[in-house]
Amino acid sequence: MVTDLKKIWCVIIISLVILITAGCGAGEENDNVVIVYNWGEYIDPDMLDLFEEETGIHVIYDEFETNETMYPRVEAGAAEYDVVCPSDYMISKMIQNDLLLELDFEKLPNARQNIGAQYWQQSEGFDPGNRYSVPYCWGTVGILYNRTMVDEPITSWKQLWDEKYRDEILMQDSVRDAFMVAEKIYGYSMNTLDEKELLTVRDALIDQKPLVQAYVIDQVRDKMIGGEAAIGVIYSGEAIYTQYENSDLEYVIPEEGTNVWIDSWVILKNAPHQENAIKFIDFMCRSDVALKNFEYITYSTPNEAAKALIEDEEIKNSPVAFPDLTRYDNLETYIYLGEEGDMLYNELWKEVKSY
Amino acid sequence: MRKTADFAKKIYTALIFLFLYAPIATLIVLSFNASKTRAKWGGFTMDWYLSLMQDETILDALGTTLLIAFLSALIASVIGTVACIAMSGMKRRSRTVLMGITNIPMLNADIVTGISLMLLFISLGLRFGFGTILLSHITFNIPYVILSVLPRMKQLNPSVYEAALDLGAPPLTAFFKVTLPDLMPGILSGFLMAFTMSLDDFIITHFTKGAGINTLSTKIYTEVRKGIKPEMYALSTIIFVTVLVLLFLINMTPDKAQRKTDGKEETA
Repeated sequence: MVTDLKKIWCVIIISLVILITAGCGAGEENDNVVIVYNWGEYIDPDMLDLFEEETGIHVIYDEFETNETMYPRVEAGAAEYDVVCPSDYMISKMIQNDLLLELDFEKLPNARQNIGAQYWQQSEGFDPGNRYSVPYCWGTVGILYNRTMVDEPITSWKQLWDEKYRDEILMQDSVRDAFMVAEKIYGYSMNTLDEKELLTVRDALIDQKPLVQAYVIDQVRDKMIGGEAAIGVIYSGEAIYTQYENSDLEYVIPEEGTNVWIDSWVILKNAPHQENAIKFIDFMCRSDVALKNFEYITYSTPNEAAKALIEDEEIKNSPVAFPDLTRYDNLETYIYLGEEGDMLYNELWKEVKSY
Repeated sequence: MRKTADFAKKIYTALIFLFLYAPIATLIVLSFNASKTRAKWGGFTMDWYLSLMQDETILDALGTTLLIAFLSALIASVIGTVACIAMSGMKRRSRTVLMGITNIPMLNADIVTGISLMLLFISLGLRFGFGTILLSHITFNIPYVILSVLPRMKQLNPSVYEAALDLGAPPLTAFFKVTLPDLMPGILSGFLMAFTMSLDDFIITHFTKGAGINTLSTKIYTEVRKGIKPEMYALSTIIFVTVLVLLFLINMTPDKAQRKTDGKEETA
């Protein structure tokens, strides 16, 4: 009996050990790789093939869905990523927590030549001195409205508080985007930590709540296309797509100013393939590659050389895809507010949502 | 009076089925929609099914998902059954303690299990990939197997096994010929439960997967920001129809032997 049981155990343990070593131990034989962690659907897959073809570097490509789910994996070092593409405020958090590698711009000629000066300047907000990040996509947050359901031009965030549009308003269901709208009306900074200002903003959002049809994120797109709401807060990248599906829709950047968001390439400090990572980022900044990516993603590109290559004049001169940022003097970009700041915002947002 | 009661019953059942299947029906309809947005009907098309067949990343994810679910359920069934055999031979107190310990991972929030597994794997220096996903799925599957095998174990009559020994069967033969067939229904239901648990897990997989490997749930989730691709509707439709057909086939030709063993429970 004893020997029989021992045999069973031996078989089980041996097979488990084989399985584990086969699964985890077998390292990549080819070490000429770069491991990229990007947003879902945020690159033209053909460009990855092109990169492999031209450089011989194998790309291991992985995707995330929000900055918040990306961060713990990267911070813990779970999968040894090289290149990541976080948003503005997340980059400032990663800089503060010493996760990023300072980039050698000598090796990034395409980035230096092709990325427009205004985007470098806008990046200063979260990456002072432009030392860690290379802009990849950007956009604004604005109001999308249905011309047939509104009888006046929409120009201001204040119109989201208009009794006329009761149950026709869509707000973004995220703390920073919701607070930004009200902060801009009062002329506060969207990165403010002043408690008195934040309480005013909270009360304004509570006042607005009965008028709002729903707090949503990606459903803004479908609801506006289907004419289920008249007026909604939306990201500019989405706005282009919705206009393509429903020509009654109009996108506007309100006069009080707004958030300019930027998603940028960064390299992690513990990246195992730093040389390849630099090559990858510079490849993404090449004008033809950036153009293909722009056509695939449809979010605005900071790559001036790629923009010059766009053949469709309508898109090239579109005020939605490429608004003239110099016309506004009240544009801002989110920065990381620190742990306490985040907590304060979340606490106030909870009060709004549960009111 | 009786008639209205019958009518109410039917309405009630119909409503329940409506709530259960309306979302799936919507999804199936959308998989044939030529327009990418759910708000507009762009005409009937099979394009999404065609482009699904050409989308390697989705098919890869499907393959990984099925393989992980099958392997993890199989291994968890073996480990769980062995654990049950050991537990049934324990004293009462130590058995309760062990039962409590195996139940904790089930009650624990997925995100806690996911992050702790990730940290464990990092400290062990494992390379994240297929192996780590499989290990973590086995881990959270074992309690489900134990939960469905242990009650079966308690119903067993130990005299049968002893009788086999008395009649000259070596212990191993007695186990495989006598005990195991009696346990089989419990093991099977444990296997199926583990399989489904593994199929739809997202959070634990998210934290224990390596770069460049996806299961269906993590793959679908990455598409949230830019809108779920209609290919996913097509894939979900195919999976739904496959399961439906399988269920029909199983129920049309009921296994007689299976019915005999189940008969005891049905009458009880």
